[in-house]
Amino acid sequence: MRLTINGKSQDVDVDPTTPLLWVIRENVGLTGTKYGCGVAQCGACTVHVNGLPVRSCSVPVSAVSGAKITTIEGLASGKTLHKVQKAWLDHDVPQCGYCQSGMIMAVAALLKTNPKPSDADIDAAITNICRCGTFQQVREAIHMAAKVA
Amino acid sequence: MTGTRKFEFTRRNFLISSAAVGGGLALGLRLPPFGPAVVRAADGSPEITVWVVIRPDNTTAIRVVRAEMGQGTLTGLAQLVAEELDCDWNKVSIEYPTPGESVARKRAWGEFSTGGSRGIRQSNEYVRKGGAAARMMLVQAAADEWKVPASECTASNSVITHKGSGRKTTYGKVAEAAARLPQPKDVPLKDPKTWKIAGKPLKRLDTAKKVDGTMIYGMDLKMPGMLNAAIKECPVFGGKVKSFDANQVSGMTGVKKVVQVGDNAVAVVADTWWHAKTALEQLSINWDEGPNAKISSADIAAVLKEGLSAEQAFVGNQAGGDVKAALAGASKKVEAVYAYPFQNHACMEPMNATVRWTPERCEMWGPTQNGEGAFAQVLAASGLAADKVDVHNVMLGGGFGRRGTYPDDYVTQAVLIAKQMPGTPIKMIWSREEDMAHGRYHPVMQCKLTGGLDASGNLTGLHMRLSGQSILAAVRPEVVQAQKGRDPLSFQGVFESGEHSLTYSVPNLLVDHAMRNTHVPPGFWRGVNINQNAVFIESFMDELAEAAGQDPLEFRRKLLGNSPRALGVLNAVAEKIGWSKPAPKGVYRGLAQMKAFDSFVAAACEISVKDGNKVKVHRIVAATDPGYAVNPAQIERQVAGSFVYGLSALFFQECTVKDGRVEQTNFHQYNSMRIAQMPKVETILMPTGGPVWGGIGEPTICVAAPAVMNAYAKATGKRIRSVPLKNYGIELV
Repeated sequence: MRLTINGKSQDVDVDPTTPLLWVIRENVGLTGTKYGCGVAQCGACTVHVNGLPVRSCSVPVSAVSGAKITTIEGLASGKTLHKVQKAWLDHDVPQCGYCQSGMIMAVAALLKTNPKPSDADIDAAITNICRCGTFQQVREAIHMAAKVA
Repeated sequence: MTGTRKFEFTRRNFLISSAAVGGGLALGLRLPPFGPAVVRAADGSPEITVWVVIRPDNTTAIRVVRAEMGQGTLTGLAQLVAEELDCDWNKVSIEYPTPGESVARKRAWGEFSTGGSRGIRQSNEYVRKGGAAARMMLVQAAADEWKVPASECTASNSVITHKGSGRKTTYGKVAEAAARLPQPKDVPLKDPKTWKIAGKPLKRLDTAKKVDGTMIYGMDLKMPGMLNAAIKECPVFGGKVKSFDANQVSGMTGVKKVVQVGDNAVAVVADTWWHAKTALEQLSINWDEGPNAKISSADIAAVLKEGLSAEQAFVGNQAGGDVKAALAGASKKVEAVYAYPFQNHACMEPMNATVRWTPERCEMWGPTQNGEGAFAQVLAASGLAADKVDVHNVMLGGGFGRRGTYPDDYVTQAVLIAKQMPGTPIKMIWSREEDMAHGRYHPVMQCKLTGGLDASGNLTGLHMRLSGQSILAAVRPEVVQAQKGRDPLSFQGVFESGEHSLTYSVPNLLVDHAMRNTHVPPGFWRGVNINQNAVFIESFMDELAEAAGQDPLEFRRKLLGNSPRALGVLNAVAEKIGWSKPAPKGVYRGLAQMKAFDSFVAAACEISVKDGNKVKVHRIVAATDPGYAVNPAQIERQVAGSFVYGLSALFFQECTVKDGRVEQTNFHQYNSMRIAQMPKVETILMPTGGPVWGGIGEPTICVAAPAVMNAYAKATGKRIRSVPLKNYGIELV
């Protein structure tokens, strides 16, 4: 099966029912996308499929053949961090950090469709679990990133 | 400025030159008659003290052995060393000595265990001395070179200056000479009031890799030839494997081996974890579920209920007086029974460990809160000698007490699997379902409180009877044995003295514990026993105040006359929330205070309730007096995060038992707060100094639940006395 991940097209030899998450982590070898629950509850596995946020643990790889997939490793443009990553860094958002790849991908997707989200917009769109409890900083950093053109 | 970790099969951080090889190199012992001995880091740079390596390029490596799980201890500990070292903070990186290296050097780095909010409060003195001693040696080396007294030289930003001549040199240039000097015995520390690096809201050292996906957690480890294992332990605690037929799945894609693990688990080893997990799900395992196979939550609750009125109980606090007489003579008696459930830590990263075993060497790479505890487990399970074993900690995807050391846990399992495939690195990962089924759960507890008020509404007597599970009886039975069956930790927050003492002065007081253990394994759950004890005592304080017809703040104030720091944090939150002024229409307030881990904490909240069951927490004011604040920005984040952990537990979380096993399997049944439910948290950090340093990671959690429970009672007139609130149809919106 042919997958396009972070702009790179490659063949993977996997059962088509394998969740995209595990193909990304184990076959492609990109481990920034995390396993948290396996049932689309926590959002730690969030990636972009054709620009939309998707919980990759619950999508069979066959469903994304030919699609444009972006993982946390492909969010930056070369060495220039995406504005969400930059805001996360400037505002020291992560604690343990395990959920933050998914959180950042979910937020980056939100800002793409809604560049200046209100608190209510954030509440509706960002449903990722963070057990360390970084939500206050996440909210502040989203507003910081939204100020960047 | 990021931490680096290496994952080679044989990592030697320390090349020891000179005659003084082996022991005797620990802090303070590196003295003649063996002559100068220099211990070197992996890159050959000299170690000045065990905490400090100075590289020729004038950068500094600071050693950290406490585990980083998000709480910021890595950055805080480095700040303390750097402060005393007077090095350039922008040139600091972190090195992680292993437990094996520490064992080989007579525990040169002391305690690795990271729990009980101890990371900074209990190692601050020796790491600061490690930094200060290194500075003194570096300055002495420069003074020796210039042939001037060291007292004429000063150090700042990794540069040493001779005042008289204006000569300058760098730490990097004198490091070799400094490493050969004897370590000073008398090492004065700075007055915290003069701190420039410690005490400041500096950025964390470990953030960059957490925003671009490059931080490596245990789950992400890759090694040449590595295979992956999925595991299933008997779902009934105490059960065993009866039989399984490996042939059932051995032909499935990627499967390499099916192995029994100890007497209670089976693992499938495959090329990928997905293949291992898929095959494991197809494997039918016959279990001997043992004597616990029929136990349910109701059975456990009945046993605890009996304990509430049992004759025998261990006394934890009997601060004088005669509680029976006081209650008998009270003009008003108040009685209430509370309950707290089993809860899973639910770290975002499920348990995992990677192990490579050969008859000559066994190493574990993986997340642990206690490197030395994991070392002991690898030692025991591997069957090898201490010099053939090591543990390499990695960044933890959450810990919260789950990744402490428990018997027969994930580290042991991974070794037992790897032992059956010598030479092959095995990465064992628990599924979320396995993680939910085999936690080390927050202990289950009930509590009966009886309070007596005199005619003026003063609290004259209080009996707090705890009935429930002991963590230490399961995890450290020797501690319980030494106390003739008593678990001192049960009294966290309501103890008569020490780091978890009750702050209220009650003339006639008795707190006792009828220990009622269950077959469900308990563990240290962020905050540990202060969580339920705060729910019990701080809810009941509001019940007493109501019975006395008094304001809950005023009622508490009267009892805090002997605890000025507790009164300080309570007054601070009351003032900021505006307690003396009416709340906005439809908004209700509640508060709570507690002392735990030698810190004083208080919270006040504002909530509203719609339709009688939809709770919105608008605002929380939280005050903390930890004595000293090493990184205020990180403390603020720990405090805010504590409300996510604490309120998730209050509203959503309970592990129920049916047929001997935990019923909840994943986050859909064991919910956790989302950003929409997050209240605004306003943190008041008010360190008052003194001889004792308090903890940060845990104390605040315990005031989250009772503050909101008290506000809920105010809003609805209904007092809820057990957790979680979802059992009453109450939602967090």
